[in-house]
Amino acid sequence: MTDESIRQIAFYGKGGIGKSTTSQNTIAGMAELGQRVMIVGCDPKADSTRLMLHSKAQTTVLHLAAERGAVEDVELEEVLLTGYRDVRCVESGGPEPGVGCAGRGIITSINFLEENGAYEDLDFVSYDVLGDVVCGGFAMPIREGKAQEIYIVTSGEMMAMYAANNIARGVLKYAHSGGVRLGGLICNSRKVDRELELIETLAKRLNTQMLHFVPRDNIVQHAELRRMTVIEYAPDSQQAEEYRTLAKKIIDNKNLAIPTPITMDELEDLLVEFGILGGEEEYEKAIKEGIKAPAGVA
Amino acid sequence: MAQNNIDNIKDHVELFHQDEYQELFAGKKEFEGGHDPDLVAQTAEWTKTWEYREKNFAREALTVNPAKACQPLGAILAAVGFEGTLPFVHGSQGCVAYFRSHFTRHFKEPFSAVSSSMTEDAAVFGGQNNLIDGLANSYSLYQPKMIAVCTTCMAEVIGDDLQAFINNAKSAGSVPQEFPVPYAHTPSFVGSHITGYDNMIKGILTNLTKDQKAETTNGKINFIPGFETYIGNLREIKRIASLMGADYTLLADNSDYLDSPNDGEYHMYQGGTTLEDAADSINAEATVAFQAYSTTKTREYIGKEWKQPTSVARPVGIRGTDEFLIKLSALTGKPIPKELEEERGRAVDALTDSQAWLHGKRVALYGDPDLVIGLVQFLLEIGAEPVHVLVTNSNPDFETELRALLDSSPFGAGATIWGGKDLWHLRSLLFTEPVDLLIGNSYGKYLWRDTHTPLVRIGYPIFDRHHLHRYSTYGYQGAINLLNWIVNTLLDELDRNTIVPAKTDISYDLIR
Repeated sequence: MTDESIRQIAFYGKGGIGKSTTSQNTIAGMAELGQRVMIVGCDPKADSTRLMLHSKAQTTVLHLAAERGAVEDVELEEVLLTGYRDVRCVESGGPEPGVGCAGRGIITSINFLEENGAYEDLDFVSYDVLGDVVCGGFAMPIREGKAQEIYIVTSGEMMAMYAANNIARGVLKYAHSGGVRLGGLICNSRKVDRELELIETLAKRLNTQMLHFVPRDNIVQHAELRRMTVIEYAPDSQQAEEYRTLAKKIIDNKNLAIPTPITMDELEDLLVEFGILGGEEEYEKAIKEGIKAPAGVA
Repeated sequence: MAQNNIDNIKDHVELFHQDEYQELFAGKKEFEGGHDPDLVAQTAEWTKTWEYREKNFAREALTVNPAKACQPLGAILAAVGFEGTLPFVHGSQGCVAYFRSHFTRHFKEPFSAVSSSMTEDAAVFGGQNNLIDGLANSYSLYQPKMIAVCTTCMAEVIGDDLQAFINNAKSAGSVPQEFPVPYAHTPSFVGSHITGYDNMIKGILTNLTKDQKAETTNGKINFIPGFETYIGNLREIKRIASLMGADYTLLADNSDYLDSPNDGEYHMYQGGTTLEDAADSINAEATVAFQAYSTTKTREYIGKEWKQPTSVARPVGIRGTDEFLIKLSALTGKPIPKELEEERGRAVDALTDSQAWLHGKRVALYGDPDLVIGLVQFLLEIGAEPVHVLVTNSNPDFETELRALLDSSPFGAGATIWGGKDLWHLRSLLFTEPVDLLIGNSYGKYLWRDTHTPLVRIGYPIFDRHHLHRYSTYGYQGAINLLNWIVNTLLDELDRNTIVPAKTDISYDLIR
């Protein structure tokens, strides 16, 4: 059973948007402010904790369970590691791409953590969830009694925004039955034109806020190569300061809303408005000429 | 022409012995290129060896005849112990059909449980609509007082969120807002039927006791039977508690549901613990469970959330019953009545009557963890020696407890605990290290057939013998029942082995 005073948050966002990087850097900032945090990685790639642990990838719950034959045979200490500034780290893990059911894996792992008393003596639990809400398993962190605050990591690229809107739909679905709320969008800048205003507008349309605009800085990659967060690698850098600000904003965040997702058409209109997408005619013309679609449109 | 004469319909026993079937089987074997009977016999012999046993125990991926069932089976057994309660399984119809028939074949009683009839589209889009429609239909068709929802693997794999779905179903008007719809997630691929029982009882108690905590206790003791399939045990517990003058709530009492009187009418809901009593259980003095490993999470919940002391007592055999009565006396402050003391005396007398036939008998047994602990306790008491103790749905705590029990008696020294093993493993054990007696459920019949080890049917399911579930295995009377089944099986076997006059039967004496 989970202690009700623990704030449970989840980072969602399109694959490759920098969710794990943003969340770990932010959590490093939260830990610096004295918060006791546990990260639960819910991505089969199991890369949600590498910057905390300075390791390639930690042993995952499901990997051990598969090796032992049953999750009951796994001990909590084997999968719950302590990383930078005592942040506790667990990776749920999952099957190889194309086989099995990663969603069920997340359910299994979270149940395992609950039953084995991992949710104790904490201020925050943070779930790092792969991509979109693709099946019920990936919604496990936003079920009743789990994460109450969802943070969506996005950028000004169309597909990242599309994913963000989709996640908002997932949150809405659970908002009325459970208590899950949208805490805000985090813009992980891709240096798209007018990105800041665009995400601020999207946030408004989704009935939420843009919590922070994280500028793009190569120092993040430098830190990543060393398997560290920026806060640890370059504590005095401007980028570290950005993550500290974001951490503080999350700790102080009171703006938890039921999202109002928009339709695909509305989203495209928004992009046209901001000049990222041309009008229909221009678009047709571009396709005819065989020019590559705008960035991010797969 | 097998079945054209309606005055002489042949049943399964005789049908296939007729010439036309025998010819058909012979033809089938020829067509399939079946092996030479000598080779088959030779291979069958080989499966009795140590060499085969080692191969058998090296098995990793394959399970053959596990002695366990899946979670929802336990969940719905828990649900029918409550008054007017309809078990509702969120999943596909086939699973629920099996649960119903499984119970019906054991108890020889009708068993009502519904499903949300999930099909492929529900697997793709989630089962919420099935749950909403299903609850609405069950509520209006079957007029239950409570619907207890559990799940099958399908709903669990796609990650259906029961709590959210039930809330949404209530908002959609499927059932009234205040109508109790407790739930439990019961993935079949996790744990076993005893886990499902635990989850459902916890789910129901969580739902019914919400906001019911009072300032003072109600002076009662809660009893939780666990995955109990002996109706006699529930009745024995109630009888003992009444004799003691103990005020109790049985959580839950499915004895009337699973053994209802035939009055010519069909009653869908028979007896059961009232929802009021169940809701008030949060205010009891203490909770006693009769099984530990089917009530683990429930007891943890009661201890933590209700702040109520919980304990486990298994009233099996003399010592087990003594301990239960002493505990009950301590909890209620009431003395153990003379009537029970006399029963104890009779049971002890019965044990000594049979002792000569039981002492040193080697026994193999299998079943659920708590059943096995109770039986081992009793076997040690009567001087029998457990040799192979096999529990498919085992766990480390159970094995530690059982080991300590075995170590407490010289008769337990030769026992091996086979946790997580199946009945095909047991077959090898019985061939390589034979025993005098096997105790288990109906599936033990196949082991009996292969190894000729006499079988005492104790456990669940028992499909192929009638009425055993009506008896108790608890209390001093239960000890006599266990003794009766065990010693008379041994005596039957003795007769079978001394059946040829002047050859195996030398003395012409009725008893040997």
